[in-house]
Amino acid sequence: MEKTIEMSTRNRTGIDMSPVDSQTMIDTAEKTPPSSSGDESALAALDSTYIREAEPVGSVPVPGTLKGLAEATLNKLGGRNPEVFIDKLGERLAFERTGTRLYDYLITKCEATNAESKISIDTLKRFRREEAQHFKLVAKTLESLGADPTAQTPGADVSAVASSGVLKVLSDPRTSVPQSLEAILTAELVDNAGWELLSKLAGEMGLSDLETDFRSALAEEAQHVMQIRQWYEQGALAEVGAAS
Amino acid sequence: MALKLFDSKGVSLDQQRFTWKDMVQAPISKLDDEAFTRVRIILMNGLETEALRFQHLCARMNKELQVPLAKVRRVEQHQQTTVNWLISSDHSPLETTIAYEQVAVEVTAAVARNEPDPYLAQVYRFGLLEDFDHLYRYSALLDRLEGKDANNILQSHTDIIPGRPTVDEHRAPENDLRDHYDRTQATPITKLHATTIMAAEYQTHDFYANIGPMYADPVARQLYAEIASIEEQHVTQYESIIDPRETWLEKWLLHEATEAYNYYSCVEQETNPRIKAVWERFLDYELGHVAYVSELLKKYERRDPAEIIGDTLPDPIPFKSNREFVRQVLNQEVDLRTRGTQFVDKAQEDPASLEYRRHINSEGSPSQTVAAGYQWCPGTELNRKVA
Repeated sequence: MEKTIEMSTRNRTGIDMSPVDSQTMIDTAEKTPPSSSGDESALAALDSTYIREAEPVGSVPVPGTLKGLAEATLNKLGGRNPEVFIDKLGERLAFERTGTRLYDYLITKCEATNAESKISIDTLKRFRREEAQHFKLVAKTLESLGADPTAQTPGADVSAVASSGVLKVLSDPRTSVPQSLEAILTAELVDNAGWELLSKLAGEMGLSDLETDFRSALAEEAQHVMQIRQWYEQGALAEVGAAS
Repeated sequence: MALKLFDSKGVSLDQQRFTWKDMVQAPISKLDDEAFTRVRIILMNGLETEALRFQHLCARMNKELQVPLAKVRRVEQHQQTTVNWLISSDHSPLETTIAYEQVAVEVTAAVARNEPDPYLAQVYRFGLLEDFDHLYRYSALLDRLEGKDANNILQSHTDIIPGRPTVDEHRAPENDLRDHYDRTQATPITKLHATTIMAAEYQTHDFYANIGPMYADPVARQLYAEIASIEEQHVTQYESIIDPRETWLEKWLLHEATEAYNYYSCVEQETNPRIKAVWERFLDYELGHVAYVSELLKKYERRDPAEIIGDTLPDPIPFKSNREFVRQVLNQEVDLRTRGTQFVDKAQEDPASLEYRRHINSEGSPSQTVAAGYQWCPGTELNRKVA
């Protein structure tokens, strides 16, 4: 198996690379007092002022087409807060759409590097297809509730910010397949939790057909997590020289 | 070996061509490349963005130069892309900021040490201590916001301690202007220094002004707002040391010569062979620009370009740590302030600056907040605080 991690003297980031310079730098920093007293709690105090004054990142759009079905469904939610459900659906929709692109990157990387045979490109393509199908499932669900599946909800926005680093790792030509697997595992773990939550919300709201659909998506997502994690661990163990 | 500016015609303008693949090359390694390779990349990006900025302003004021300017500018644009795209995407904006301040400290220190005009050397030392302080503030932010050690970027070349406190750097605008060199008397190196540092500071201002709002954290947003304001003051300072009586063509030639001089400095000291090849190629391109603009100067002003910039490039700017020099300047000049174009002790600072500062800092100082009690320690302050 090809090694993806190399040890060399080229890494220049630590103080051990230039002990004399580092020591004089440390000595100077130690004997030079800070220009203002206090500690990092000063940052928290300023942050708190802004937190108290802050507006939310945005709002959930009002359903534009209250069709018969939508009205009936929303009525079933009687007394509940449909905006919470719509926000979470919007979040899952966006996540699955981006997840599809993450698999596109991983497939390209595995194909371009002739990655180790333990990773099945066909399985990655199936996962990619399932991510796209999950996206469509949520889009149809939003339509059935009269909500606009093309709108970006606050949950969608914030979760995209949270996972933006994953996309950055996957799309960097320099990152290895194991590094990419770790990044996609980050996404799959939170995706799994997201589907679990959606299934519970649907059940709680008495939307049993939806709950069934969401539980089947959750079962597929659970397979994604299990498989990606297995490849991720196997790859590291093989590279470290462990007996397979 | 000294480089004759006019002996080589470099690469002719019509041969200075690019493809998207040559512009978007493999970037440097944040971990394995030398800090000074990154310093050179950032500096040259500053020179290229200044070339574009200057040439656009020149085109607005000179109808007859618009076609030649457009031709040269197209190349500068693609040089800028090639150079700036060498920075790898795993640098967070804040890590790149640390590198920008390392450029400001180490290149300004090198210039201050080599500047023959004593007043201008003082100008550079004055600005140096302010950028040195910015490095300390941003290092505190990197530690406290991202949990990272700024020395991973600095590679132990540059100290992380307070300089002239940023909170005290805010001045009334009239106290940021300086006296300019005399275009008929100044040595070539004085002219090259001034354009180099002005370009570097301008790009630093623009970088902070653009990335500041990319942060979610209010302290980071405030700190970038504050330091961008000082960088604007620095642009004001460094722009004012250049003789405003230079003609447009004279300034254009100086810009091209400054680019050539800096690429020459890069070629002479680069350790990464792949990056050195970029510097060599662009030195030849800039010599081509110098030759091209020299012909325009002869045609429109009937002047000898060597009268403006000499015929031999000075010794390269040394890209190396200036630790002892910076410490000495810090020790002797941290309390300098300004009164108009003159440097004075802080007791004599112009009251207009004090009044300006009193108001702008009246709701708190981001640079003081971010570094409250901060002392750099290898591996971040948590390495010292957590047993």
